[in-house]
Amino acid sequence: MTFVNQLDQVFVLLAHWVAGFFPLWLQPLVMTILGVVAIVAAFPGIFALTTVLERKGLGRMQNRLGPNRVGPLGILQPVADGIKSLTKEDIVPLTADGIVHFLAPVLLVIAVFLGFAVLPIGRNMVLANLDAGLLFFFAIGASTELSIFMAGWSSRNKYSLLGAMRAVAQMISYEVPLLLSSVVVVMITGSLSTVKIVEAQSGFTGILPHWYVFTPWGFAGFVLFVIASLAETNRSPFDLPEGESELVAGYFTEYSGFKFALFFLGEYLGMLSISGFAITLFLGGWGAPLSVLEFIPSWAWFFAKLFGAIFFFIWLRGTLPRLRQDQLMNLAWKFMLPMALLNLIVAGAWRFLGESPMGGWVRWVVCSAVLLATYVLLGRTLMRNQRLGPRSYRYAE
Amino acid sequence: MIFGISILFLLTGVLTVAGALAAALLRNLVHCALSLTVTFAGLALLYLELGAQFAGFAQILVYIGAVAILVVFAILLTRGAGIPEYRSYVSSWFLGLVIAAATFALLAWAIGKSLPASAASNAPAVTVQSIGAALMGSYVLPLEIVAVLLTVALIGAVIVAMPEGRSPSSSEKGSAQ
Repeated sequence: MTFVNQLDQVFVLLAHWVAGFFPLWLQPLVMTILGVVAIVAAFPGIFALTTVLERKGLGRMQNRLGPNRVGPLGILQPVADGIKSLTKEDIVPLTADGIVHFLAPVLLVIAVFLGFAVLPIGRNMVLANLDAGLLFFFAIGASTELSIFMAGWSSRNKYSLLGAMRAVAQMISYEVPLLLSSVVVVMITGSLSTVKIVEAQSGFTGILPHWYVFTPWGFAGFVLFVIASLAETNRSPFDLPEGESELVAGYFTEYSGFKFALFFLGEYLGMLSISGFAITLFLGGWGAPLSVLEFIPSWAWFFAKLFGAIFFFIWLRGTLPRLRQDQLMNLAWKFMLPMALLNLIVAGAWRFLGESPMGGWVRWVVCSAVLLATYVLLGRTLMRNQRLGPRSYRYAE
Repeated sequence: MIFGISILFLLTGVLTVAGALAAALLRNLVHCALSLTVTFAGLALLYLELGAQFAGFAQILVYIGAVAILVVFAILLTRGAGIPEYRSYVSSWFLGLVIAAATFALLAWAIGKSLPASAASNAPAVTVQSIGAALMGSYVLPLEIVAVLLTVALIGAVIVAMPEGRSPSSSEKGSAQ
C-alpha cells in the first residue's frame, strides 16, 4: 500500500487496529462504537469552530472585530461559552409542560446526530451504508420538525408558539422542493445509497470531475437544494422563526442554560449535516475537484468542502435581509416547486438523450435551454404579478 | 428469546402498545398526539427489525414528518392548546367500543386468512432495488395514477391559496378596512 493510500485510509486503518485488540465476535460492535464516537467527537468540534468563525466573520463583514478576548485571536471563545451555559441556571416557566419542555431539545439533538450515520465522509468512511440512505436522511430530518413544535408548545409563551408555527410551516413547505431537487440525483444514479451516489460522481474527463453540479439539471437541482436547505435549517435569510425583532427568540425563548445550548448545537449540526448532503449529492462527496489533486486524502476534501459551505452560509447571513412570511411562501410554492418539477423532466430527458447516437452535445443544449427559458419566464411573470402594497390576509383576519 | 420472539422485538412492541394506550387515555390532546407519534416510531422500528428498510423509513417520513404535524396543527387551529376541559369518557363510548372491536376482528380475520400454513419459513429478501423495479415494472400504472393525483392535489393547494383576481373596487374596499 502506497503512502498516499495509507494517508487516505488512516482513520479506517486506525479503527481496524483498535478493533484488533478485541475477540472476533466483538469486532463489528467495536467498529460501530468507534464510528459513533468519531462522529460525536468530530462534528461538535466543527460546531465549536463554526460559532467562533461565524462571529468573527460576521464581525469583519460589519466592520468590527468580533470576539478577541479568550485565548489567541478569540479562538477559545466556544470553551468559555460552553462553561457559561453549563453553569447557568436552568429556568423552566411555572406553567410550562415540564416533560415535553425537557424532551424537545434532547430529541432535536438525537435526530440531528442520526443524520450523520449515512454521510460518506471519505473513501470507506461511512457509519451505515444503507440501501435507502437518502430516504433515511430525509426521514430523520422530517422528525426534527416535531421537536421544534414541542419546544414552542410546551413553553406556554405566545412568542414561542408563534415561532414554532412559523418554523414548522416553513420547514414543511421547503421540504417539498428539497426532496424533489434531490430526486434527480437518484434518477440518474439509480440508487438511494449515499455511497453509490458518490461513486457515480468519481472519475474525470481530462482533469475535470464528473460532479452532478456541472450538468444543467444538476446545477438547477443544486441551487434549489441550497435554497431549500437554508430554509430547512432556519438560517438567514429564512430566519423568521427566530426573528428577534418580532418574536424575542422564537421557539426557544423560554429555554436557558444547557437546554438552550442543546438547541444551538442542534441547529448548527443540522446545518453541517445538510451541507454534507449537498456535497454528497451534487459536489462529488469526498472526490477531488481536479484529477491532479487526487493525492490529497478523501476526508480532507470532504471537510474542505464542508468549510466552504459553512463560509457560504455565514456570508449569506452577513449579506441578505430577512424575508417576509408571504414572500417566503410565494418563493416555495410558485417558484421552487415548478422549477423542481420541471427539473425532474429535464433529468429524464438528459438520461434518454444520452442513449441516442447524436446524444453528446444535443442534450446539453436542450436541457440548458429548457431550464434557462423557464427560469427567465417564471421569474419575469412572478415579478410582473407582484403587487407591492399592504398585505391582505384571507384566512387570518 | 422469549416464546421464540427476540427481546428487542418484544421491547419495541411494548413501546408501540404503550404509546397507543397513552394516546387513547391521556387527557391533554397534544400529549395524545405526541404519544401517537411514539406509536408511529415504534411501528417504524418493528418494520426495520423485520428487515423492511424502505417501509420503515417511509413510515418515519410520512407518519412522523407529516401526519403527526398535521394532527398537531389541527389541534392547535381548532381547540387551542389550553387546559383541556372535556371528559375522557364521552357518552358514545359504547358505540366507539363496538366500532373498535369490529375493526380489530375484521383485521385479525383478514390477516389470519392471508397467512400461509408455514409462516416465516423463508421470508424473501426485499431490497430497495427490487421495490423500485416492481414499482416501475408491474405496478407502473397504479404508481402513475397516484403520482398524477398527488401532483393535482399539490397544484390545487397552490391555486386555493392564491388570491382571487382582484378588481379595483374590491382592493379599495380591502384597504379601507
